[in-house]
Amino acid sequence: MMSKKKDENVDQQSELNLTRRSVLGASAAIAGAGIIGSQLIDPVAKTAYAAGSDEPIRIGFQAHRTGIGALYGRWYERTTNAAAKYINSIGGIAGRPIEIITEDDGTDPKRGADVVEKLATKHNVDFVYGTLFSHVVMGSAPRAGELKIPYFVVSEGYHVASGALNRYVFQPCITDVRSQITAVSNWIFGNLGKNVALIYPDYAFGYDHRDYASAAAAKSGAKITAKIAIPPTASSFTRYFVKIPKNTDVIYHVMVGPGVLTFVREMGEHYGTRHPKLFGFIDSLEGVNINSPGLEFLDGSHFWEAMPRYADGYATSGSNFYRDKVGVDNTGASKSDSKDVSAYSHMFGCWETLFAIKEAVEQSGYKSKKDYKTLIETFEGFAGFNEGIAHPQGSKVFSGKTHQCYGQQFVSQVKNGKFNVVHRTSIADGMYEPETDYTKKSL
Amino acid sequence: MKRKSLIYSLFMKGGVILILFLIQFILPTYHHSSFSKIMILASYAIAYNFLLGYTGLMSLGHAMFFASGMYTMGLSILYLGFTPLEGLIFGTILTLTISIVFGLFALRTSGVSFLIVTLMFGQTLYLAILYYNEFTFGQDGFSITTYLGTLVIFGKEHLYSNPTIRYNFALIMLAVYLIITTIIILSPIGRILIAIRENEARTQLLGYNVFSYKLFALTFSGTLAGISGAMHALLFSYIGTTFAEIHHSISPLLWTLLGGAGTVIGPLLGTGVMYYLIDFISGITSNYLLVVGIILVLTIIWFPLGIMGTLRQRWIKWLP
Repeated sequence: MMSKKKDENVDQQSELNLTRRSVLGASAAIAGAGIIGSQLIDPVAKTAYAAGSDEPIRIGFQAHRTGIGALYGRWYERTTNAAAKYINSIGGIAGRPIEIITEDDGTDPKRGADVVEKLATKHNVDFVYGTLFSHVVMGSAPRAGELKIPYFVVSEGYHVASGALNRYVFQPCITDVRSQITAVSNWIFGNLGKNVALIYPDYAFGYDHRDYASAAAAKSGAKITAKIAIPPTASSFTRYFVKIPKNTDVIYHVMVGPGVLTFVREMGEHYGTRHPKLFGFIDSLEGVNINSPGLEFLDGSHFWEAMPRYADGYATSGSNFYRDKVGVDNTGASKSDSKDVSAYSHMFGCWETLFAIKEAVEQSGYKSKKDYKTLIETFEGFAGFNEGIAHPQGSKVFSGKTHQCYGQQFVSQVKNGKFNVVHRTSIADGMYEPETDYTKKSL
Repeated sequence: MKRKSLIYSLFMKGGVILILFLIQFILPTYHHSSFSKIMILASYAIAYNFLLGYTGLMSLGHAMFFASGMYTMGLSILYLGFTPLEGLIFGTILTLTISIVFGLFALRTSGVSFLIVTLMFGQTLYLAILYYNEFTFGQDGFSITTYLGTLVIFGKEHLYSNPTIRYNFALIMLAVYLIITTIIILSPIGRILIAIRENEARTQLLGYNVFSYKLFALTFSGTLAGISGAMHALLFSYIGTTFAEIHHSISPLLWTLLGGAGTVIGPLLGTGVMYYLIDFISGITSNYLLVVGIILVLTIIWFPLGIMGTLRQRWIKWLP
């Protein structure tokens, strides 16, 4: 249900506002697969507080405070706290204050399962939320299913939509890797070239890129000239560049971790001024200043972004409001420390997921854990979320069958020391046939 | 002395097992689950301790055995449709085989070289799991929850994730490990292993085939570690590369050193202390690993032979 009612905090809708008509249009491509549910949500506009109580809604935040995900974890935590503070300022969830209980999982699946257990049984939270790294989600989700506690992840992994998890796991507000690749691949093949070499990390995240980029290329008549997997432990990369065939138009690269600066520098040294066009995923540079020494080679190259790091890339009132609340300046860095660059293309998922939980609680009439069934079924009935303060990245279409959302994506070019948005996809560009139906699984 | 040690030892272990059995009825939910996990991990530490504490062989590749059992259990259930029992048997046989083959190569070295060889073998398995990701699901790993079915006890069906089932399976496993290792350690074979630990050259001079005894110790330790891995997969459903990483080889080393290498109860105590230290301190500070590290250093200064080892040296001489 899309309310017309607005209050002073409600976002002025952006150019890509998700109207009922546009959602239906975007969804037409998959209507046969039964993606569309029954309700569209605009939670800030329609908050009702009448039946509240002082008992807080306790949300367990599974944070990557340490380990390989610490950079993301720091910003996920800031965003979570900012969202909780704002939600409390507008009346909480169904009139109840929201309380965030944070536990560090060390970005380790072993510890992740323990953290879910601890949050659910020791801290007695209502929901567990906020996990990013896909292997931690895979390690934690079975325990959430066994404990029968709703588990809202902000991970990007395709694991939720693949059907590998259980009915208690949702990824409602960040698109998965498959959807992201599906959305931008046509732009890559149409604008940069059809002979593409893939460079990706030699583990699960990289394999998703390898598989779905290859599938998209086959569908578009493009050709993958090389698939080069780089071990996560690699510290020197030149030997991989010699494997790239000469007829390559585009190097599609996804590198994550501390090696990215060396990767770019060595690629520049290998190719000099004459090189294939470059297309990367911002995951490589989350938390990294694009003006860092050694990244000059990226000038003119293109990147996928889920949400533009620079404010002028998507200056809707909702995104401006969100940027201000989480304390990020116009260049994507912390307002209090310009060297502290954010994970801007991921952390919005935390903000939006808390609002999605808020909506589900209020729509379902959730009071306590005995209402999980109703809450989950309500969530599965959602068709999507409208753009605004609650969903500053853009509108979402949500599939109750796959527990996964679809959203818009951005392509940005590095120019003059900043990211400049050159293309924005539609939601429909990133949609694919669902491969599972969680609604048929037991609770 | 041997008979007296055996009696004291069995009384002590019987007491520990009895206490662990009884407290399950009063433990809060969270600690009930934590104890289940501690007992499984302690079984792994007991397996490790058999090699380090009683034979003097320090390994940095034991995660290989743990992961072998775990992946064999998981993949055989997933792809071959094995029952959990069949998966456990298959995992045990495979880990036993791997342990023997590994031992035949690794035991040609000693000291630091042995340490490095174990590390390299461990890393080989870890990277192989990543390399064959289409089969193993790579770094993400996989869950076998939906493939496990139910366990029928007295005509009643239970899930393997049922807290009572999980706790008591873990307890039975721990009890079996404690009893078997005690019997072996107090047997002539155990005495020879300890002799090898104390002075390998002299043991060889006495006419014992040191290589065979070390191979036995490594195979036994590796197989027990593999069974621990298989049971972990069965009771906690998740199989992933995190259990094949070097950290998972270092963990039993730390648990054993903290609790007391060469003591039977030490690994259980070390595992429990470490588990709760991390659990408690991580709730206070993000720098919990630093704090835990400092506590470990201080503990080792005050208890140079580990907690139980130092207690045995100074006060409780009969501790096994």
